Amino acid sequence: MKNSLINQSFNNARKENRPALLTYTVAGDNTKKKSLEILKSLSDYADICELGFPHNTPIADGGQIQTSAYRAIKNGIKINDVFSIVSKFKKLKKNKPIILMGYYNMVYQYNENKFISKCKKAKVDGLIIVDLPYPENKIFAAKCKKNNINFIQLISPTTSKLRLKKIINDSHDMIYYISMLSTTGGLLKVSANEIIKQYQKIKKHNKSKNVVIGFGITEKTIKSLKKADGLVVGSAICKEITRSIKKRQNAVTNVINLVKKLKNKIK
Amino acid sequence: MKLKKGIPLIDQHDKNGFWGGKFGGSFIPETLKKPIEDLTKEFQKLRKDKKFLRKKDFYFKNYVGSPTSFVKLENLSNYLNGAQIWAKVVSEANGGAHKIYNATVHALICKAMGKKYIIGDTGAGYAGKMLSMAAKKFGLKCKIFMGAKDIKRQRPNCDAIRKNGAEIIPVYSGSQTLVDAVSECMRYWVSNCDNTHMCVGSTVGPNIFVKICGFSTTQISRELKTQLKEKFKKVPKKLKLINCVGGGSSAYGFWSEFIDYNKKHIELIGVEAGGPKKSLLHAAPLSRNAKIGILHGAASYVCQNNEGQIHETESISAGLDYPGVSPIHCFLKDTKRARYTYATDEEALNAYRLVTKFEKLNPSLEPSHAFAEAIKIAPRLSKDTIIIVNSCGDAKKDRDILRDRLGKN
Ligand SMILES: Cc1ncc(COP(=O)(O)O)c(C=O)c1O
Repeated sequence: MKNSLINQSFNNARKENRPALLTYTVAGDNTKKKSLEILKSLSDYADICELGFPHNTPIADGGQIQTSAYRAIKNGIKINDVFSIVSKFKKLKKNKPIILMGYYNMVYQYNENKFISKCKKAKVDGLIIVDLPYPENKIFAAKCKKNNINFIQLISPTTSKLRLKKIINDSHDMIYYISMLSTTGGLLKVSANEIIKQYQKIKKHNKSKNVVIGFGITEKTIKSLKKADGLVVGSAICKEITRSIKKRQNAVTNVINLVKKLKNKIK
Repeated sequence: MKLKKGIPLIDQHDKNGFWGGKFGGSFIPETLKKPIEDLTKEFQKLRKDKKFLRKKDFYFKNYVGSPTSFVKLENLSNYLNGAQIWAKVVSEANGGAHKIYNATVHALICKAMGKKYIIGDTGAGYAGKMLSMAAKKFGLKCKIFMGAKDIKRQRPNCDAIRKNGAEIIPVYSGSQTLVDAVSECMRYWVSNCDNTHMCVGSTVGPNIFVKICGFSTTQISRELKTQLKEKFKKVPKKLKLINCVGGGSSAYGFWSEFIDYNKKHIELIGVEAGGPKKSLLHAAPLSRNAKIGILHGAASYVCQNNEGQIHETESISAGLDYPGVSPIHCFLKDTKRARYTYATDEEALNAYRLVTKFEKLNPSLEPSHAFAEAIKIAPRLSKDTIIIVNSCGDAKKDRDILRDRLGKN
């Protein structure tokens, strides 16, 4: 997928000598309208936007993303709404890559093929399915590729050497390295040096793949990992939305301020 | 989709871990791939290791207390005036329920793998109580994940868990019941899989956990097979084995030795939780035709909406109050080897009332669901029909609920 928007975004960031900034927000948090607004405004600073499908039994997510997901579901978000948020967003920002992230049951209930064709129609650039690891994801990943959608493989500190090689070989433009043994939203419990060392092991296998690091990245930790191709911030943003709602402040402005600060730290 | 004979059901999955090509599997985050692979290898090794098997049998005999008794419920049978009702009193096992088999095996595996910490989920509190017992016995540090609602309604078991030195981690998300406890336990494992072993409290979860649990509870039907031959000289001609089904570990354990028999000879009946009579919520994915979905790392029939959001469930019985069910029971349903039905809260309470009125038996609310079905069908059946109910839990834990609903104790 040579000319994918995802690849282009990494190249643009590289030209500016910085990692790409990837944000994660939950679709429909706290309403459909608000989440589109948040997405639109943060995309002025983020290079790639990840948008989560809220699920009510998310086994790999910590408290902050759970809170966002439960809130979005309570406010009535449906799978089709997620696609319509993406469509609306892409009409305004056609060059900004969007990666949808979710759990396999939602894809399964929606139907794999229908799901992929919906993604294509909405101009989704990539997919992360948290609980569909390699090699179980082979068929689905191939279907994605056929439709010009990046299937994004995950690698974790527990991934064995042999597996690492196989996953990289089967990956598309982007690989997601999970920084530590944790659900999303955990405190970074491994040193930045250690994480970068693992990251470089992945890079060494294939320099052409864009490798991003995620989990435990906040305003405090982002700078220490700026050697990576890209950095993902999710829970910290969800937490900011929760805080804003509690304090009856404007979530959009607060999130933008946070994303600006994150961006400044890696410039 | 077909069952094979002569091979334990837990081993009848394909190389991707699916029973019948679609139930089970391992839908897990990348981080858990390695620990699950390690556990799978270890279990494969231990299963063939004579020393390990001797150790398991030793503890089942001397620690769990095998065999549990097999008795005729004369008075209840006379009252119902149809089929004979018998009970396999698994609640006599150390700790008061079948959960001790799985807990003991997991503690032994944890030791064999050199891990010092063990975690587990619990609904009724029995899986948690037993894991805390086994942890104490084998010198492991133990954490139990339990929904806040269940902590309130199953207090006696919580007291036991704490007395055994384990920590209870209350789970406040979602419906605050078993489904949330399992999720939270898995999340904890994702974060601590380098030094911690996870026990899943039933035949649910990623493929390997279904297998380990089924391997453990199968002890129940091994004992029963021997006991049947002692009491009847051979396996009776018309036999019905009735068991409650939450995740399905006690039902699988009760049936596993009898699955190869013709269903006209030995009928297997699983009873799920129908919830309050007038409620739309239930915990009966098999008998109320839920769709296949993915929950806690496996594909099974799951109570869910069209979008794949897991439904809240409602049952008076914390142990059955779970939206999913074991993939092996889905397989038994689709191959029509077992029949699944449900009992409402009221029917289970009524069954409890009857059983305790006529017999010196105190089945918890979970097996009371199974007794409800026995009571329903027995009067229409011939006197030479033998119904056996797995009385797999003791009602001490349900003290508060029973007092509240029946004014008892
Ligand atoms: C006594 C008892 N019976 C049944 C169950 C349901 O689980 P399973 O279907 O795995 O036997 C439980 C679960 O906690 C239980 O405590």
